[in-house]
Amino acid sequence: MNFVMPDFYPAAAEIFVAGMSLLLLVIELFAGKKKGFGFVVTLIALAGAAVITYTTADGQVSVTFSNLYISDLFGSFLKLLVYVAVAVMLVYSRDYLRVRGLDKTEYYLLVIYATLGMMVMISANHFLTIYLGLELLSLSLYTLVALDRDSSRATEAAMKYFVLGALASGLLLYGMSMVYGATGSLEISAVAQALAHGVVNKTVLVFGLVFLVSGLAFKLGVVPFHMWVPDVYHGAPTAMTLFVASAPKLAAFAMAIRLLVNGLFELAGDWQQMLMIMAVLSIALGNLAAIAQTNIKRMLAYSGISHMGFMLLGLTTGVVAGDRQFALNAYSSAMFYAVSYVVMSLASFGMVLLLSRAGFEAEKLEDFKGLNQRSPWFAALMMMVMLSMAGVPFFVGFFAKFSVLQAVVAAGYVWLAVLAVFFSLIGAFYYLRVVKLMYFDKPTDHAPITASLDMRVLLSANGLAVAALGLAPQALMSLCAFTLLRSL
Amino acid sequence: MLENYFPVLMFVLVGVGFGFVPMIAGWLLGPSKPDPEKLSPYECGFEAFEDARMKFDVRYYLIAIIFILFDLEIAFLFPWAAVLGEFAGNESLRFFGFFEMLVFLGILILGYIWVWKKGALDWE
Repeated sequence: MNFVMPDFYPAAAEIFVAGMSLLLLVIELFAGKKKGFGFVVTLIALAGAAVITYTTADGQVSVTFSNLYISDLFGSFLKLLVYVAVAVMLVYSRDYLRVRGLDKTEYYLLVIYATLGMMVMISANHFLTIYLGLELLSLSLYTLVALDRDSSRATEAAMKYFVLGALASGLLLYGMSMVYGATGSLEISAVAQALAHGVVNKTVLVFGLVFLVSGLAFKLGVVPFHMWVPDVYHGAPTAMTLFVASAPKLAAFAMAIRLLVNGLFELAGDWQQMLMIMAVLSIALGNLAAIAQTNIKRMLAYSGISHMGFMLLGLTTGVVAGDRQFALNAYSSAMFYAVSYVVMSLASFGMVLLLSRAGFEAEKLEDFKGLNQRSPWFAALMMMVMLSMAGVPFFVGFFAKFSVLQAVVAAGYVWLAVLAVFFSLIGAFYYLRVVKLMYFDKPTDHAPITASLDMRVLLSANGLAVAALGLAPQALMSLCAFTLLRSL
Repeated sequence: MLENYFPVLMFVLVGVGFGFVPMIAGWLLGPSKPDPEKLSPYECGFEAFEDARMKFDVRYYLIAIIFILFDLEIAFLFPWAAVLGEFAGNESLRFFGFFEMLVFLGILILGYIWVWKKGALDWE
């Protein structure tokens, strides 16, 4: 085998972020008792990575490191979104972590490594690269969830997350080995080629596919692999919940596209059926179980399950009876759904962080009672986010649901669309309950909201983005379609 | 064909002999004054038979995990050293291969300094 000198240029952003993590390690050793540098260095790392990703995104598809790694517009766009999501998360979490003594340098290091893992996952062109990125992300997240080591609840959540996550990684690896056995390659484009030539053992392949899809479903947190989601969201410190519930969803979406669409597109007929079952179950169970919750983090966890199910609906309708003309529309609707979910998720957990303070976690639904009397502005923002999640027209959540349903109907699955709308209507109940608590109930908690200025500004911008993207969704939608078009 | 496997046979015989000869020699030649402590199985200083869920010093865990990290580094160095010689004709690849490993070692050394400064190597 000939060794070719790799081209580092397409992976410049990853190399930069890895270098910044080493720099942060060194700074920590020699900074002594000084604080606050972790936050700054991490933001610099994200900003630098954004600049590099933006300048290296030239619309070309380039592979490097012996085809392990791919750089395309789809990846660059998702990476930029990941940087923004992580940066927003850092600002929201800063005060929360400081008053709890969790703003250690290790926190920022783990955030950088998790971000690096997401970047590797997004840019993977090989099953092993996907796995490598996924493990870097997951191991960092397990540790982050357990960072508050004196909290038995957080430790329990981290333990569950770790055990179930390790199982999911095992399933994924097993599936990958089956696909390797059937096609003779782990490289995504080579797998696609081998499938197109059509001389593979279909039984082994589909067997592997089942495991791949299971592992993927675990990471996305859809029924029946959703058990960890409510427990982890509930048990983890809210800042970590915010992280788990935001940027990694984008990386998981990228993983789904790379594995299923770029790699195993020939098998679309098989995996679409599996995804469809999981999507319907997720939408149903997520929305029904969320009604029974009294803890807002748990409620948002079940709501996240239903949202991920909705997102999967978009992936199930790309190929109808061998016809691929719907693919771009369906996958870009799913991508738009994933992006808008991350925006809403950041805003909703940001609001929980806003109301929390030293020694008090605003994680009960009751804590939102009478928010309108305490702060009309933030109550209005929270209302917008909740209405958007419920899918009320002219917020971003409406257009996300609308475009997915459009793709589903275009593919001829009217019953599926009806089912999704039916359960979304049931789901509207628990979102509206939050609005009712904020506007029509007396507050039980009278403490003034003491958040720093940057958090207030950013949270306002985030809430307004939910409305603005709803008023003008076209730009983001066409961006999703445009970036996907190049990598399909 | 079969004689090609002769070294393997020799290896097996020497290996078995290396294990058994000292044991048998000790049993035949050594003085035998048993007491209960001597007859009990020895397992790294721990009690051999007890509840598996026992307390042990968490510092063992830290040392073990650091050991594994730096031990695996060697596993990467061996194939690298073997392959680097094959690049003899190609200067640019040789430099690339050499500095690639230096980067890898640099990251590890940074980790080592970090571990040291953090005090993970101090027993007390």
